[in-house]
Amino acid sequence: MSHNSSAVQSHVAHHFVDSEQQFDAAKFGMWIFLVTEILFFGGLFAAYIIYRAWYPDLYTMASTQLDTTMGAINTGVLIFSSLTMALSIWAAQHNDKKKTGIFLLVTIACAFAFMVIKYFEYTHKFHLGIFPGEAYTFTGIDHPKAHIFFSIYYMMTGLHGIHVIIGIGLIFWLWMKNNKGSFNSAYYTPIEIVGLYWHLVDIIWIFLFPLLYLID
Amino acid sequence: MSTSSGINADLGLKLKRFVTPDHPEVNYAQAEKGIKAWLTTVDHKKIGLMYLGAIAFFFFIGGLLALLLRAELWTPAKTFLDADAYNQVFTLHGAIMIFLVLVPSVPAALGNFFLPIMVGAKDVAFPRLNLLSFYIYLAGATFSLYSIVTGAVDTGWTFYTPYSATTGTSVVSMTLGVFILGFSSILTGLNFIVTLHKLRVPGLTWGKLPLFCWSLYATSVIQILATPVLAITLMLLVMERTLKIGIFDPALGGDPVLYQHFFWFYSHPAVYIMILPGFGIISEIIAIFSKRRIFGYWFIALSSMAIALIGFLVWGHHMFVSGQSTLSSIVFSLITFFVGIPTGIKIFNWVATMYKGSISMRTPMWYAMIFLFLFTIGGFTGVTLGTLSVDVHLHDTYYVVAHFHYVMMGGMLIAFLGGLHLWWPKMTGRMYNERWANIAAFLIFTGFNMTFFTQFILGAKGMPRRYYNYIDQFQSLHQFSTVGTWVLALGFTIILIYLLQSLGKKGVIASKNPWNGRSLEWLTTTPPVLENFTYTPVVIHGPYDFHKPIAEFEYGIESHGHGHHDASVHHSNEESVNA
Ligand code: HEM
Ligand SMILES: [Cu+2]
Repeated sequence: MSHNSSAVQSHVAHHFVDSEQQFDAAKFGMWIFLVTEILFFGGLFAAYIIYRAWYPDLYTMASTQLDTTMGAINTGVLIFSSLTMALSIWAAQHNDKKKTGIFLLVTIACAFAFMVIKYFEYTHKFHLGIFPGEAYTFTGIDHPKAHIFFSIYYMMTGLHGIHVIIGIGLIFWLWMKNNKGSFNSAYYTPIEIVGLYWHLVDIIWIFLFPLLYLID
Repeated sequence: MSTSSGINADLGLKLKRFVTPDHPEVNYAQAEKGIKAWLTTVDHKKIGLMYLGAIAFFFFIGGLLALLLRAELWTPAKTFLDADAYNQVFTLHGAIMIFLVLVPSVPAALGNFFLPIMVGAKDVAFPRLNLLSFYIYLAGATFSLYSIVTGAVDTGWTFYTPYSATTGTSVVSMTLGVFILGFSSILTGLNFIVTLHKLRVPGLTWGKLPLFCWSLYATSVIQILATPVLAITLMLLVMERTLKIGIFDPALGGDPVLYQHFFWFYSHPAVYIMILPGFGIISEIIAIFSKRRIFGYWFIALSSMAIALIGFLVWGHHMFVSGQSTLSSIVFSLITFFVGIPTGIKIFNWVATMYKGSISMRTPMWYAMIFLFLFTIGGFTGVTLGTLSVDVHLHDTYYVVAHFHYVMMGGMLIAFLGGLHLWWPKMTGRMYNERWANIAAFLIFTGFNMTFFTQFILGAKGMPRRYYNYIDQFQSLHQFSTVGTWVLALGFTIILIYLLQSLGKKGVIASKNPWNGRSLEWLTTTPPVLENFTYTPVVIHGPYDFHKPIAEFEYGIESHGHGHHDASVHHSNEESVNA
C-alpha cells in the first residue's frame, strides 16, 4: 500500500490522506447514520409493541381493514428496487455509465410505484373515515381504541413514506451526477452510501408489512 | 542514538523532528478574512468558536432568567411575577440551559476545536456536515426563541403529557426547536466517531488517545443512540397536539406514563451527554497540572463507555412515583446504584493521579478541584435519590433541584470553565489575567454553594420544586439562596471582562505550550495554523508521558505528504530520526 500524494485524485477532499480513507470514512459515517434511523423508527416500534401487548384483540380486528394485496405488491416493488440499486453500484464499479443510469432510473420508478400504491391505500381509508387521531369517524371496528391503531399505522407508514420521498430525491441526484460522468470504478462512494440508505428503507418496510397487515 | 530508542515504534515510517515556532506567520483566523469567510467556513476551529459564541449568548439569556426566578422567590407570596409567568420562566430557563447550552457546550465548542487537533487530523471527517450542524443548531434555537414571543411554554423542560398536550402555550414551536437541535447533536456525534476511527495519525493507537477524546467518543455514542428516540418522542407529542393521535393523552385513550418512559429513555442518557465531556476535561487538567501520568488510564477511558451503556438502563428512577410497577422500581433502583460505580472509579483515579504529583494550582486546576468537590456531592445525592424509599419523600422537591445543579453546573459547567481556561491561550493566542481568574473562580465556588446547598436543606424540609410561593418558614433559606445567585453573576461577569480584555491591545501573548502539555494540541503553533499542523505528526509516546523529553513528541513524517493510520511501509531510517 503506498501513500504517494501524486496518486491523490481530485475527488479526495483536502483533509483525507487518500481515496481509500475517504471511502472508509463515508461508508462508516453512513452506517452510523443508519443506526440513528433504526432508533428513530425504534420509538414507533416500541409504541406499536406496547399497545399491541395491551390490546391484542384491537390489532387483530383493525388490521383486517388494511389491504394485504396492495401491501404485498408494495413489498415486492421495494425488494425489486433494492436489487436494481445494488445493480447500479455493480455497473458503476464496471465503468458502465449507461447501465448505472438505467438501474438508477428503474429504482426511482419503483419508488414512485410504491408511493402511488400507498396513495391509493390512504385515500381509500380517508374515504371510509379512517383518519389518524381525533378525525377518525369509521364505525366498522368495534373497539374503543381503534383510532390509536390507525394513529400508529399512519405514523409508521407516513414516516416511512417520507423516507421513500427523500430516497427518490437522492437517487435522482445520483442519476444527474452519473450523467455528468462523475462515477467510475475508482469512485462510486455516493452510490454506495445512498444504496445503504435505500436498503434500510426497504428493510423497514419488510418489518412494517407483516407487523401491520398480517396479524391473525 | 539515545533518543532514537523506541522512536521508530514499529511504524516503519521515515521520521523527522519538527520544532514548530510559538507563533505562525498566518494563523487559522487570519487565513480567511471577513465575516463571510466565518459564516461559510468549514474549518472545525472556527465552527467551534462560533458555537462557543452562541453558547455563551444562550448561557447569558438562561442566566438572566435564573436571576429572575430567584428574585421572585425573595418573598413567600408573589414578589413581581405571577404564577403563570413564573412557570414560563422556569421552563425557558431549563430548556435553554439544557438543550442550547449544556448538551452542545463541551462537544460542539471545545470538542470541535480540539478533537481533530488531538488526533493530528486536518479537520473532522465531514467538515461540511459540521458547518451544517451549526446552522441546524441556530435554526433550532430560533424555533425555541420564537416560542417565547408566541406565548412561551409552561410545561417544564420535560414536556410531560397530558398537560403538554392541552396547555394553551406554544409547546409545538418549542418541541420542534428541541427536535431540530437533536439533529445538530447527532451530526456532531457522528462526525466525532468517524474522525476518531478513521483520521488518527500514525502511531496514535487507541491506548494513546487523550482521555478527552475518549470521553467525547462515549458521549457521541450516547448522542447517536439516544437522541433519535427523543426526536420521535417529540414528534409524537407534536402530532398529539396537532392531530390528537391519542397515544399519550388519556382523554383520547392514550397513556401519559408511556410518554415519561420515552422521555427518560433519552433524557437519562442525556445527562451523561452533559457530564462525560466534562470528565474528559478534568482528566486532561489533572494530568497536566500534576505532571504525572494519569492513574488508571484504561479505567478512566472504559468507565466512560460503561457509563454510556449502563446509562440506558436506569431511566425508570425518574418515575418511582409515576405509577410504574413496584418490581420495575426496585430493578431501576438497583441498576441506578451500579451506574455510580464507574463514576466513583474516575474520582479515585483523579485523586490518585495527584498523589505525589508536582501540583501547580493555576486557574484550570482550581476548576478541577472545584469540580471534584461539587461533583462528588452531586453524585452522592444522586445515589440517595436512586434509593427507592428515600426518593418517594424527596421526589419533586428542591433536593432534586439541588442534585441536578450540583452535577450539571457544579460538574459540567465548572469543567467547561476549566477547559476554557486550559485552552484559551491555544484558541486565541492570549493569556488571561491569572489573578482575576482566581478571584472569579472563588466567587463562583462560593456563590454556587450558597445558592444550591441551601436547596438540599429546603428540599429535605419538603419545599416542592416549580412553585412560585412557599410557606413563611422557608424565607430566610430562600433569600440566602437568592443572594448566592448574585455572587455567581458577579463571578461570571468578571470572567467575561478579563477574557475580552485578554483579546485587546494590552493582552498578554501566550506561548505555544504554556502548561508544558504533551498531547498534540500543545505541539502546534499558538494559535494553530489553518490545517492544524504544517507536517503530519507521528505519535510515539502517550499523552501523559511527562517524564519523557518534549523532543520525543515532536516527530512527524519526513517526506512531504501524509500518513495513514495503518501505514505499513516497511523501511526505517535511523539518521533522519536523529536529525
Ligand atoms: C451518580 C450518578 C447519578 C445518579 C445515581 C443520579 C440519580 C438521579 C435520580 C434518582 C434522579 C431522580 C430524582 C427524582 O426526580 O426524584 C435524578 C434526577 C436528575 N438528575 Fe441525576 N443522578 C446522577 C448523576 C447525574 C448527572 C451526571 C446529571 C447531569 C449532568 C444528572 C442530572 C439529573 C437531572 C437533570 C435530574 C432531574 C430531572 C427532572 O426531574 O427534571 N444526574 N438523578
Ligand atoms: Cu436519571
